Amino acid sequence: MSKEVFDFSAGIKKKLAIAFISGVVLLLAGWMLSSTGGHEEEHSEDDHTELAEADDHGTDHDAAETMEAEHHEGDDGHVAEAGEHEAEEEHEKGWFDRVVIDLWINNVYFTGLALIGLFFFAIQYAAQAGWSTYILRIPLSMASWILPAGILMLLTFLFFNHDIFHWTHSDLYNEFNADGSLNTHFDSLVAGKASFFYAPLDAGTFPVFFVGRMVVFFGAWILLFRKLRSLSNLEDQLGGTSYWYKMRRTSVAFLLIFAVSSSIAAWDWIMSIDVHWFSTMFGWYVFASWFVAGLALITLITVLLKENGYLTQVTSNHLHDLGKFVFAFSIFWTYIWFSQFLLIYYANIPEESVYFVERMMNDKYSTVFYVNLIMNFFFPFLVLITRDAKRLNVFLKIACIVIILGHWVDFYLMVTPGTLGESGAFGLTEIGLYLVFGSAFLFVVLKALSSYALVPKNHPMLEEAKNHHI
Amino acid sequence: MSDSKNFILGVYDDEDVLLHAVSKIRGAGIKIDEVYSPFPVHGLDDELGYKKSKLPIAAFLFGMLGTTLALTMQIWMLGIDWPMIIGGKNFVAIPDFIPVTFELTVLLAAFGMVGTFLVSSDLKPWKDPKLLDIRITDDKHIMAIDLAKNKAVDAAQIGSALKDSGAVEVNDKKVEE
Repeated sequence: MSKEVFDFSAGIKKKLAIAFISGVVLLLAGWMLSSTGGHEEEHSEDDHTELAEADDHGTDHDAAETMEAEHHEGDDGHVAEAGEHEAEEEHEKGWFDRVVIDLWINNVYFTGLALIGLFFFAIQYAAQAGWSTYILRIPLSMASWILPAGILMLLTFLFFNHDIFHWTHSDLYNEFNADGSLNTHFDSLVAGKASFFYAPLDAGTFPVFFVGRMVVFFGAWILLFRKLRSLSNLEDQLGGTSYWYKMRRTSVAFLLIFAVSSSIAAWDWIMSIDVHWFSTMFGWYVFASWFVAGLALITLITVLLKENGYLTQVTSNHLHDLGKFVFAFSIFWTYIWFSQFLLIYYANIPEESVYFVERMMNDKYSTVFYVNLIMNFFFPFLVLITRDAKRLNVFLKIACIVIILGHWVDFYLMVTPGTLGESGAFGLTEIGLYLVFGSAFLFVVLKALSSYALVPKNHPMLEEAKNHHI
Repeated sequence: MSDSKNFILGVYDDEDVLLHAVSKIRGAGIKIDEVYSPFPVHGLDDELGYKKSKLPIAAFLFGMLGTTLALTMQIWMLGIDWPMIIGGKNFVAIPDFIPVTFELTVLLAAFGMVGTFLVSSDLKPWKDPKLLDIRITDDKHIMAIDLAKNKAVDAAQIGSALKDSGAVEVNDKKVEE
């Protein structure tokens, strides 16, 4: 009986606190290792320095040049003009830069999980779905992370924009310096895109349009989330179908806004890191990555709640549907991934294929590139392909955990090569910050989940969910 | 050789009554030969205790066959038999082959599954279907009980069990094979 409301017990809080603290400890351990010269994971940095030093415009020039990849957006120089090797030396990227980049990766990743909570909730109403009624409160709770995510995202951008986004450097936009001499840092390609970031102000000042979009998107998402949450709570108290209709209208409004904003958010927050590069698939690609990770999280939370004695109404039929969602959208992600890859690979236009040259043909990232595909496609595909696997807790848990982690790897691969380049690494720092973010995220989500009944009390489709059978 | 089968048919006009009837009849130890229904009834196969279909396995194997065929075909054609440089790629450029491989996988999985289904359920255009009751194509559900398989239970007893479970009619039917 007490199992109708999720009990956010001291035991769970303690576990989250331990995860948070061990995340911080790992972060610090990563810092110690990188600063004391214990380069167990950062051997790349040595490589980087050696390469840069050996690069005395001598014979090693070409080798170093290719190693650093021609289009090294993260570094200051647009290395298309060979001879700007000093730029690389002045940007020695260490532990702090890694933390900043990881901060951004986690921000985008967890924002996505929260958004997908709201998106999933909204499509259930827009599609008049009944089967999902028992689990609706889980995605709704996930969406409560949108507010902290928005604050973190804005702060991270305001403080560290130069470390993440090449286009925030003001010296790219003027062809001539103030004294009339030629500005060697001028980048006509980025200058052409300036108004997308800076309008209505001058290029190189404060990115009003960019920050404005971020604020407006988060504002709209938070507003609609609060509306849906309060309607859902009112329905619990008062009953009747009128709240369902109101939620349906709000959901449709959210879906319309989300369709546009998720795409633009993907260009803004991730694609603009590789500012010379573009892909028309990118909005879909980021959305697909978010969606499958969010679905996996919803499924994982459902299964875990069920195993702990909650949600006894949820049967293997409901799990089967969730499993099908996860299975289908891991294939959908692969489809989008491949569509983007094939077009770029096939046309082989340098300014497009550089994206995959940096990731697939690069010693540092090619492993991550294939690990990404294995974790997010081959593994869940083979694990979840049978009917039974989608109905059994253990298979769902394994597949969902791999997908949730796998899409972090996906975002890592989207962000890191364009920012840290050859100094990027994966080690204690990354794991630590993921734990910090993950535990904070789960704290907010579980706290929200404990604030209302686990199953909506007066939802008009409870009976349909009860009789759901596939 | 007598090639005839004797059935007792329970006629039901509501799928909910039918679902409960199936478990009642099976609970009384009577073996149900088959239930005919004009539309799919959720949960009926569970109630009848049917084993899980093996069709997905066939689909998977046909799909794998499609993958193998497609890759073999393309590698042989473009890599061995008549190598061609396309877009400066290798002769055997796997990413180029993926769309065709995907399509053939889907095609063979789908065709293979449909074919397997037709063969395993003995469906063919020239088949002369023996309908136990024409109304199963309209609005009635029929539960067929083969007397030969229920020798332990008296026919009259089966009839009354069907009536008790909510059948609107109970009929006898003899089918010549």
